Amino acid sequence: MLREDGRLDIDTVLADLEDYRPRRRGWTWRTPLEETRVGPFTYRQIAEPQEEGIPLPAASRSFDGIDPQPECVITTEIASGRFEDDLRRMRMAAWHGADHLMVIRTAGQSHFDGLIEGTPEGVGGIPITRKQIRATRKALDFIEDEVGRPLNFHSYVSGVAGPEIGVLFAEEGVNGAHQDPQYNVLYRNVNMIRSFVDAAVAKKLMTWAQILQIDGAHNANATAREAWKVMPELLVQHAINTQYSEEVGMPKDLIGLSTVPPTAPPAPAITMDLPYAVALRELFADCQMRAQMNTRYIESDTREATVTHVLNLLISRLTSVDVQSTITPDEGRNVPWHHFNVAAVDTAKQALLGMDGILDMVELKKDGPLADKKREIIERAVLFLEEILEVGGYFEAVARGYFVDSGYYPERNGDGIARDPEGGIAADSVVPRDSDYLAPVCEHFGYNALKVDEGDRACQEIGGCTLCDPDKIVYIDELDPEDNVHARLQENASLRDSDRIKPEVEWLGDGWLTMHMMLPAAEEIAYYAALQIAERLGLMDAEVIHTGVMQPAEGTYVEIKGRVDFDIDTSQLVIPEKEELLSEDEIREAVKKEPMTVVAATVGEDEHSVGMREIIDIKHGGLEKFGIECVYLGTSVPVDKAIDAAIETNASGILISTIITHADVHRKNMQRLEQLAREKGIRERVTLIAGGTQVTDDLARSAGLDAGFGRGTTGHDVASALVRAREEGSAGE
Amino acid sequence: MERKALTERSDDFAQRRQHLDALDDEQLTQRFWKLSEDVVKPLVDLARGHTSPSIERSVLLRMGFSGEEARGLVQAVEDRALLGKGAGHVVLVASRALDLPVRETGLALMEGRGWEAVEAHFDGGGGKGC
Repeated sequence: MLREDGRLDIDTVLADLEDYRPRRRGWTWRTPLEETRVGPFTYRQIAEPQEEGIPLPAASRSFDGIDPQPECVITTEIASGRFEDDLRRMRMAAWHGADHLMVIRTAGQSHFDGLIEGTPEGVGGIPITRKQIRATRKALDFIEDEVGRPLNFHSYVSGVAGPEIGVLFAEEGVNGAHQDPQYNVLYRNVNMIRSFVDAAVAKKLMTWAQILQIDGAHNANATAREAWKVMPELLVQHAINTQYSEEVGMPKDLIGLSTVPPTAPPAPAITMDLPYAVALRELFADCQMRAQMNTRYIESDTREATVTHVLNLLISRLTSVDVQSTITPDEGRNVPWHHFNVAAVDTAKQALLGMDGILDMVELKKDGPLADKKREIIERAVLFLEEILEVGGYFEAVARGYFVDSGYYPERNGDGIARDPEGGIAADSVVPRDSDYLAPVCEHFGYNALKVDEGDRACQEIGGCTLCDPDKIVYIDELDPEDNVHARLQENASLRDSDRIKPEVEWLGDGWLTMHMMLPAAEEIAYYAALQIAERLGLMDAEVIHTGVMQPAEGTYVEIKGRVDFDIDTSQLVIPEKEELLSEDEIREAVKKEPMTVVAATVGEDEHSVGMREIIDIKHGGLEKFGIECVYLGTSVPVDKAIDAAIETNASGILISTIITHADVHRKNMQRLEQLAREKGIRERVTLIAGGTQVTDDLARSAGLDAGFGRGTTGHDVASALVRAREEGSAGE
Repeated sequence: MERKALTERSDDFAQRRQHLDALDDEQLTQRFWKLSEDVVKPLVDLARGHTSPSIERSVLLRMGFSGEEARGLVQAVEDRALLGKGAGHVVLVASRALDLPVRETGLALMEGRGWEAVEAHFDGGGGKGC
């Protein structure tokens, strides 16, 4: 499944799909652990770990690389339009901790009256087809083996082909799906009779296939003018889909509620979102909570979006969450890019871990404003349901525009979405089942004149249906000779089958990159100046994707994107070889044989001491651990003091830490150290090393030192360099 | 349908909620679910007794036809006003009449063969919607 360079091999994924069968059916939850120790910490809300994965950034340097996994499933939504590139993104997200891979459908599929076949390119999502599902499920089988955790694949059973898509998903082992007839009615203008009649059949099939259902209520939140005012309606929408699903036979453990904290700062979001979240969890106690992040108030600022999403995660932790969905922080600008999917998954993992066990220490009040507001929202929802019945039922209520009105029910602003029960897409397409109506297949909802003897299957008469005998499924490869994955793979073959790479955000070789800059100008001027900068840098199709005013006259922060049309031949890159570290035992042995003393100091007007202490302290596994004697002079030490101390103690090394980079002071400190060592005649016998967040080995060597160490350095790295320099007599060379 | 002017109303929650005041939280929850059930029941009954082209195509998919084939067959069934019998039912009747396996029967029907037997079988025998 992998190429030689470790990348997913799409050709292998696409091979022999006609024979592919899903290895399991149904949704898989994480396996929660009891109170568990991971590294130095005790967690109360984590699940079995992954076998492969990428820990949070701070973990590798400061927490021994631990990568605990929150107990809830984590979702990422992918919508690039090319499934072959989505698969690669799914792998990235899974390595960061996503185990629910949701694929958005191409614009217009919900109005397509039937199944789509093959792999045409989509817009804002992909056309969901049997081939595409098989390829994705096959790739996910491989990725889940790799990360050591089951991955759930999810898409949408909605639109005018709901029952057919229900069959397709059941046959092909799709694990989760949106299904909510109200979504079709309100947002896709599908005829409401058709939508509800079809939904029952689709839900019955999903139940058989153990597909976790997620409803569509969150869309009201994303659509309404003032999203927090639809809270009573959201409860009503959840109730209609939940009750309908139950009547069709779906158990509550497969019924998921798509819930979003409705508002965002600068609103006092938690005091508004929390009562709603509590109301929901009380009313729908046995259903599954799919906590979505807010999209309604996302602008182009990824920082702002991330803060809102962390507050959403606080709601998840203060109440409960079964599936934590993530919204990418770039959703306010474009369809999500690779690295923003990963960022959103990391945001969820980071915040959920950070709030692990919070309810052991704080609790939600049972009285006061939380209880009062919760009660009020529920009462308003009850009044909403009462009025639906008073006016003659659901269809009439929709016809009167009761839903997605911007008023806080019972307030009505007359701006809801009104639909005609006799109108919409596929109106007048539903017929009564005659008394001899018959369907000789399994898992069919509704009246059926078929006589089935006890113990027999409904499909006995036809010798088995596709649910019982998957060999009966008709697999179609491609219908369009031009618009398909094979044609697309031809186009970018030079980037797949060679050492050449281009930057990308969505599709292999799309060439997009971003640049961030602060321009000392007003917003409009900065906007056009940034475009000109992009042009002069040779970026094509440049666009400003975000501006943030620092001060109306003093400056504007601008982010731009643009494309490059060249690629990089990675086989021609000159990559400095990494020096192999001496083993800890080798270092200890060498120091034991010939003791070593080093002088260490933070030089210049610089009070940073943490980094240096970590390099030398025994308790951090620093130089002292290897028996190296460290003379630590403290912070804000003049460079000549360090030289003097080295002479006094006959040290064989000087370590300077230089964090401040203002006016290039870090480089000047390094140069001064080297210069003074020469003047005092000790350069040849003292190894000179600099460290700091902005220091690199190249920079230190160009300033005349023997080595430089940046972020992520350990005492082992420095000890190895010191011993090796002494052994090789290379100081000052 | 003529588009009705949508309701505009100020927030009369304080008056409207009076009858809920006496309910404790548990009773309120019960009322919420009883009302939901009353809203949904007629919708489920509607679904139980009706079918649609997509539902019938989903039956044919399960009988081993492709999406394209199911689309053609259901269209032919609709053209003959037989959707209320069930598209799978139509194929089954033709299969018996033509003495062919299910899949071959469907393909034959798409070529226009076997419909006489189907129409003869259902002629007047359908009965009213249940």
